[in-house]
Amino acid sequence: MPEVITKDGSIKQDSWVVVPRPEDGESLNIPEQPALIPADLWLAGKEHFEGRDDIGVWFDSHDEPEILEGVVNELPLIAVNFPKFADGRGYSIARLLRERFGYQHELRAIGDVLLDQLQFMKRCGFDSYALREDKDASKAARALNFFSQGYQAATDTDVPLFRRRAS
Amino acid sequence: MYVYDEHDRQIAAERVAQFRDQTERALAGELSEDEFLPLRLQNGLYVQRLAPMLRICVPYGMLRSEQLRRLARVTRDYDKGYAHFTTRQNVQLNWPALEDVPDILAELAEVEMHANQTSGNCIRNTTTDQFSGVQVDEIVDPRPYCEIIRQWSTFHPEFAFLPRKFKVAVNASEKTDRAAIQVHDIGLQMVRNDQGELGFRVHVGGGLGRTPMVGPVIRDFLPELDLLTYLEAVLRVYNRYGRRDNKFKARIKILVKALTPKGFAEKVEAEWAHIKDSPTRLTREAIERIQGYFTEPAYDALENATELLASQRFDNRQFDQWLSHNVDSHKKPGYAIVTLTMKKTGTPPGDVSDTQLEQIAELADQYSFGEVRVTHQQNVVLADVRQDQLFELWQRIEPMGFATANLNTLTDVICCPGGDYCALANAKSIPVAESIQRRFDDKDFLYDLGDIDLNISGCMNACGHHHVGNIGVLGVDKKGEEFYQVSLGGSSHHDATIGKILGPSFAQEDMPDVIAKIIDVYVDNRKEEEPFLETYRRIGIEPFKERVYA
Ligand code: HEM
Ligand code: SF4
Repeated sequence: MPEVITKDGSIKQDSWVVVPRPEDGESLNIPEQPALIPADLWLAGKEHFEGRDDIGVWFDSHDEPEILEGVVNELPLIAVNFPKFADGRGYSIARLLRERFGYQHELRAIGDVLLDQLQFMKRCGFDSYALREDKDASKAARALNFFSQGYQAATDTDVPLFRRRAS
Repeated sequence: MYVYDEHDRQIAAERVAQFRDQTERALAGELSEDEFLPLRLQNGLYVQRLAPMLRICVPYGMLRSEQLRRLARVTRDYDKGYAHFTTRQNVQLNWPALEDVPDILAELAEVEMHANQTSGNCIRNTTTDQFSGVQVDEIVDPRPYCEIIRQWSTFHPEFAFLPRKFKVAVNASEKTDRAAIQVHDIGLQMVRNDQGELGFRVHVGGGLGRTPMVGPVIRDFLPELDLLTYLEAVLRVYNRYGRRDNKFKARIKILVKALTPKGFAEKVEAEWAHIKDSPTRLTREAIERIQGYFTEPAYDALENATELLASQRFDNRQFDQWLSHNVDSHKKPGYAIVTLTMKKTGTPPGDVSDTQLEQIAELADQYSFGEVRVTHQQNVVLADVRQDQLFELWQRIEPMGFATANLNTLTDVICCPGGDYCALANAKSIPVAESIQRRFDDKDFLYDLGDIDLNISGCMNACGHHHVGNIGVLGVDKKGEEFYQVSLGGSSHHDATIGKILGPSFAQEDMPDVIAKIIDVYVDNRKEEEPFLETYRRIGIEPFKERVYA
């Protein structure tokens, strides 16, 4: 994961890697660099990771973020996988992590992340985006800002347009 | 009618720029066909058998005359000079060129129109009763609530990639349901509770297509201020748990059925408990603000023109027929609701030319405060016509082909584009509609039969709502040949029912005879004024089978 897009559209380098879910019978192989492991496995072995700022978790789109209720802020980074860009479950997962479980640190979209999803992702609380490698990162800033406002409240604003109009 | 403020205008303009950018990237090869697909669909752009097809949104069916004129211009400049009114109150262009679409959208945006979310796996245009705000029997005008839903659902960041398309309909009349709410993903029936408070009865999981279902009630009373938070809870449950592994099992109806309506309702209530009091909860002020756009036009203080109309009817039998069938009563004395029928035999149901669009605009300006409504039966309504101008209006629309006095009768067919236009079709549908219209061209016989919904679809996607037709016709493919399956007893109203299949399918040339036999059974068995559907419900399907397959 050499490059990720940030919320303001700039590109940052970092070294987080996504550790895939081990096959049955295999054990989790954590590399020597900051690593994102499947959320349920982190939870199961949480005491081993206590205080480590180089271990984060990732959810797949069918996973339930509810399992981390109460402990989300022990994690420096949570990623949500979009196996296909047309799979929209990750948007709900992100909003729940932010709005329901109060997650404060970095939330990253991974997987099939394309330019035209970025603004939706931003509105749902993602603040970094591992844009698919074949896409032009220089266009991300524009894609993050196609719209200057939205009608709804979401993670980015708790004031829906109907309340802004009233004031 | 709703008018954009600076916020809506800005969002609409940004949308046009966004789609232009997306189209450019697609044409430059930066977006694969697969990647562009959902983006263009969310902008109403299908690629069809003959050309792309652009579905333009008409929020809950309301159009102003300037919008009609612009549609006329767009069909003339970018298409072949005609458009099509759809069963979801929208307008479709059949032949635009992909590279022109951004310009078309820019032209539409100038008159506050767009094609957002008219297709794709997102929340679609909210539909309602075409007589909203003018009918006598109405709990409240449902259009402000539709507009509130429109705004909430437009580019909703969480629900742009649902398992499947999602349609909401609202109805506010106690006696009738012209919006077919029970065959929508969410159907909202406006009600008052025992305390007189306004709210919604919520149906979820209705729909047609491959697995037709009538939507069960999952909440008897939802207070009006809770509308959006509750919708958000339903959509979130669907977005998270709706099936994504099989496109034919992805509609919310399948989830509701799998969890049972009760189980589904519990999941929604649990989700809703968390967000009920979030800032998305509506305020009284927000509702009133939107209601302010749907105030009454400047009606003249009139008396009913009963005597004048009586003498005009007496003098002219055709006017009399038109008045009985295509004109409905209005809540204001001296006014009437006129339906312009787009069902002249020989033209595909719902098709309108650029000139006709301009004529309709002219009629709207002259007779109905500059507004019209598109109906899901593919007709157009002038909602506020003075009774003393009805005769003059009728004389004008007769030569235009809008006065076919067959509203709600057998020949007022709902029909999808079918094999003539649609790549998914099993069979043609328009010629079947036409052959039936020709067979039943005797007006007196037609009127004697009363209201009968005849709905035709060219395949099981059910664009023509065949499942809920009193008589439904479905195109099927039998070893490469076009056949038609008939079903009976469907209804899209308060008594919503999915029709029952009569038996083996028929060849196209037999269809008028088949329908004629079905009608004969009805005529032989009906009691007095009994409508077709009631006779069918009383005597069952057997007598029809016996006659048709004799
Ligand atoms: C010519 C191009 C068209 C194509 C390719 C097309 C395709 C489809 C497909 C695939 C579905 C099924 C979706 C599903 O079950 O989830 C559908 C449903 C529908 N279409 Fe069309 N359609 C076309 C034109 C129209 C037109 C012109 C109308 C209006 C007259 C229309 C009205 C509808 C309606 C109301 C449904 C919803 C049925 C339901 O509730 O499931 N379609 N269409
Ligand atoms: S019902 Fe089938 S044939 Fe008719 S328009 Fe829809 S997809 Fe096409």
